[in-house]
Amino acid sequence: MMAGVSLTGVFTPNLWSGGPAPGQLYNFPATKTQNESRTHTMYPSTSGTSVVGLVYDGGVMVAADSLGSYGSLARFRNVKRLFRVTDKAVLACSGDIADYQFIREVIEQKVRDDEIHGYTPELNACALHCWLTRVLYNRRSRFDPLWLESVVAGYKGDTPFLGFVDKIGTAFEAKEVATGFGVHLAIPMIREAREKGNLTREAARKLLVDCLKVLYYRDCRAHFKYQLADITPEGVTIHDDLDLKQETSWEVASFVRGYD
Amino acid sequence: MAVEMAMEPDYMRDPRKHHFSPYMENGGTSIAIAGDDFVMIASDTRLTRGFNILSRNQEKVLRLTPHTMMASSGCWADVLTLSKVLQDRITMYSHEHNESMPTTAVAQMLSTMLYWRRFFPYYVANILAGLDEQGKGVVATGASVAQIQPLLDNQVAALNMKGATPPKMTKDLARQLIHDAFISAAERDINTGDGIIIHTITKEGKTEEMVKLRRD
Repeated sequence: MMAGVSLTGVFTPNLWSGGPAPGQLYNFPATKTQNESRTHTMYPSTSGTSVVGLVYDGGVMVAADSLGSYGSLARFRNVKRLFRVTDKAVLACSGDIADYQFIREVIEQKVRDDEIHGYTPELNACALHCWLTRVLYNRRSRFDPLWLESVVAGYKGDTPFLGFVDKIGTAFEAKEVATGFGVHLAIPMIREAREKGNLTREAARKLLVDCLKVLYYRDCRAHFKYQLADITPEGVTIHDDLDLKQETSWEVASFVRGYD
Repeated sequence: MAVEMAMEPDYMRDPRKHHFSPYMENGGTSIAIAGDDFVMIASDTRLTRGFNILSRNQEKVLRLTPHTMMASSGCWADVLTLSKVLQDRITMYSHEHNESMPTTAVAQMLSTMLYWRRFFPYYVANILAGLDEQGKGVVATGASVAQIQPLLDNQVAALNMKGATPPKMTKDLARQLIHDAFISAAERDINTGDGIIIHTITKEGKTEEMVKLRRD
């Protein structure tokens, strides 16, 4: 028997066919009314901790350790989360490692496209920072964030650039930036050092390593293996597989009481 | 109960949950005062996140047209986006009409743009300031810090005083008021400090002045 035709042959239109159930909202075919927060990244999985960066006299430096934590488990001890984008830009991220690897591939493809087409000037740090702001803001507006806190370092023309972007699109430029625990521990150290005078390359590198050391001591998601990038007008140098274990001492640990 | 929780081994406790929120409060204070032939707009230069100072020199006043400026504070990500879209639409207006957009029109457009996002709002408090077609100062307010509005009400509009008449607003008086207001705000509000940038718009053009504030 045909739907909508009663036994008596009288046509009875379905009230509200395709419409919302009483008291409910209309279900537009093109949109999902399901709560998408169930299917999207709403928390990081394998994550990296702090990134620290600073501008010194004659360049910009960024450093990040190479640990991918899975909760409190130090799961991957050799994940690189700092990379050279162009000769003018470096990107380092903390937060979800998978999201970092995704955005890294997108950026690498972008740089390759620019190179092939040949009519775009090389992507500089400022442009990358601006682009990243828009991508991350767009993703947060779709409630599907890329769980990242990133540091963009490099040059814009002849002026050094150091910027920060986070997963909701908060972005700013500063002489010293850090993510994660570094905001609490490293930034005050760098600001204090800067107030005492100018930073040479040697001083800057020592300061950055000091910051990483403090982070390694106090942040239990930090690690002794790290990468450090030095960007000057001449280009990018990335020092991989650095290690600060020899510079640390845990002798005092046995005197700490109250946590056992 | 609290003791019981602390005694539990860590594997019995709930895993730490992260929660995604699209908004963040990044602080910031802005003031604008209009006079007969000028308008002053100022903002502090501190950008915060919780108890952290992200930047000590982040300007929050946008130069929109030669005679209009806007100060925005709130969620910095939204401020950036709103200002980009606003700037683009102002540029498009100037290309279409071959003149820069009047302040009153910018105010109207801003209102529409904010209402458009009524159900996923820009978390931004704006003050739009500029000269109108007659060259008079115009201020369209969004919000201000609780400490400042009563002070300005009292000093600029002579409110809450019996028989007082509003003073004639001069540039010197406005500058002094702005400075005083920011000093009091910085005393009370941890999200305000480091510095102020005061912009003055007159028919002749724009000037800006940087004043230091407490940095703690």
